[in-house]
Amino acid sequence: MQALNTLLQRQPQAVADTVKPPRGQVAGMDLGHRWYAPGTHITIRGLDKRFGAHTLYDNFDLDIPKGKIISIFGPNGCGKSTLINMIAGILPYDRGQILFDGKDVRETRIGYVFQNYREAVFPWMRAIDNIRYPLKYLKLSKGEKDARIDKLVESFDVKIDLNKYPYEMSGGQQQMVSIMRSLVVEPEVLFLDEPFSALDYEMTQFLRDRLQKVFMEKPVTTILVSHDLDEAVYLADYVLLLSRNPTRVADFVPFDAPRPRTAETTLTPDFLRVKGHSLEIFQREVRK
Amino acid sequence: MNNSEQLIGRLQPLVGVFLLIVFWELAFEMRLIDPVLLPSPAQSFQAFWQGLQEGTLWGDLQRTIVRTSISFAIALVIAVPLGILLGSSDKVYRTLEFPIDFFRSTPASAMFPLFLILFGSGEGTKIAVAAFGAALAILFSTAYGVMNARKQRQLAARVMGASRLQVLTDVTLWESLPQTFVGMRSGVSLALVIVIVAEMFIGSTDGLGQRILKSQMVFDMPDMYASIFAAGALGYMLNLLFIVAERRFVHWGGK
Repeated sequence: MQALNTLLQRQPQAVADTVKPPRGQVAGMDLGHRWYAPGTHITIRGLDKRFGAHTLYDNFDLDIPKGKIISIFGPNGCGKSTLINMIAGILPYDRGQILFDGKDVRETRIGYVFQNYREAVFPWMRAIDNIRYPLKYLKLSKGEKDARIDKLVESFDVKIDLNKYPYEMSGGQQQMVSIMRSLVVEPEVLFLDEPFSALDYEMTQFLRDRLQKVFMEKPVTTILVSHDLDEAVYLADYVLLLSRNPTRVADFVPFDAPRPRTAETTLTPDFLRVKGHSLEIFQREVRK
Repeated sequence: MNNSEQLIGRLQPLVGVFLLIVFWELAFEMRLIDPVLLPSPAQSFQAFWQGLQEGTLWGDLQRTIVRTSISFAIALVIAVPLGILLGSSDKVYRTLEFPIDFFRSTPASAMFPLFLILFGSGEGTKIAVAAFGAALAILFSTAYGVMNARKQRQLAARVMGASRLQVLTDVTLWESLPQTFVGMRSGVSLALVIVIVAEMFIGSTDGLGQRILKSQMVFDMPDMYASIFAAGALGYMLNLLFIVAERRFVHWGGK
């Protein structure tokens, strides 16, 4: 396991450094045939992103393993949200390729949870209809749709009335609706863009626990952007540390504490080691 | 204590009405203004009541309601789809923004002579000018609402697999609805204003505008005040109707 982790951790740079394009091809143009590790779900190759004269990503490579939670952490402005938005297909990129098991994003079922839940849920629909909404894009019978929703409501252990409208709910409840909406399609990839940063501590803990529970029932490749290192490590199988831009992978740190993780997890030597190491790298990158 | 406070709170709006009538009555009693020009509230109210009872005021009121409704309906059918079209494309909007804003700022009454030539001196002109004014108000509001739809909600739908058309029907239209209602409310007020003016000055034999002007000419002041009051009540009711409809259909607005 450790060997594989080391491999995964090294691999993005390894690809960029050692694999030269075959003769007769321009560097980076033949993007589809590079090697990637077994168990990889998402491959990012040769990604470029510029905002005007400012280069955010330049020939960026990354492999994201299947069925794991990846937390992205890095200095301000390094493009954490930009990266997940490009992967999720809601932000165009200038060059490069992002594939999910060889498919592109339109052929992939994804769930996305925005930081700003107020502008993510649809206020003209009841909470339950918000959750049901993405199912209209799947070819399911009404019975199957109902079953999906019942199952989800049950595993989330929802105590509130889902016939309410979002504006009748607290912020945390709205974000819960938003998370349930992203999960109801049983996504292949789940994107979480600072989903808890606007919520109070109690609600944050509740939602983290629910997410872990759903994840343990059925692991799904999850990419989480967080500005809170404790949270990033607590939820992650891997912490992806990014550098200042042009953004590089500063480190890809595995954290394999057993789930469900609890408050005690944050006191284990393993947690403290991973957090300490991540912090060290983060500070090194900030000072650069 | 709490109950009586609530009661006072409810009665508060009536205090203003009461003060107005008392002030009017005092002005009448003290002959501050020639009683021929300012009849007593009782006389005016009697004229209003009789007008409704005997049916001539009621008939004129109905004509004005019908004209306003038809112009508003025409404006709505034309302006909402165009507004959506206009708002959903930045390029189209930027191309047409100036001419539309220009016509919107042009007083609709300035168009009377032109519309008279186009539609003749009958019903057509009154309705056409009112529809023209209302349509521009609705068009701009709708386009504005579509343009200012929350980008993140549109992204949320896209990420769930919605096509461009589905984003429009499932998100953008709903997002624009509060603004569309704002436009409808100002549109219907504008339509009423234009219809009343048109009834006064474009060969009319009925309608509130014509009635107000006619009673002024024959110095039937109680009837003039009664007709003005009917026009005011109509405007107020239309506004109220749209506020109620707005609360019903855009229950999430402003929340």
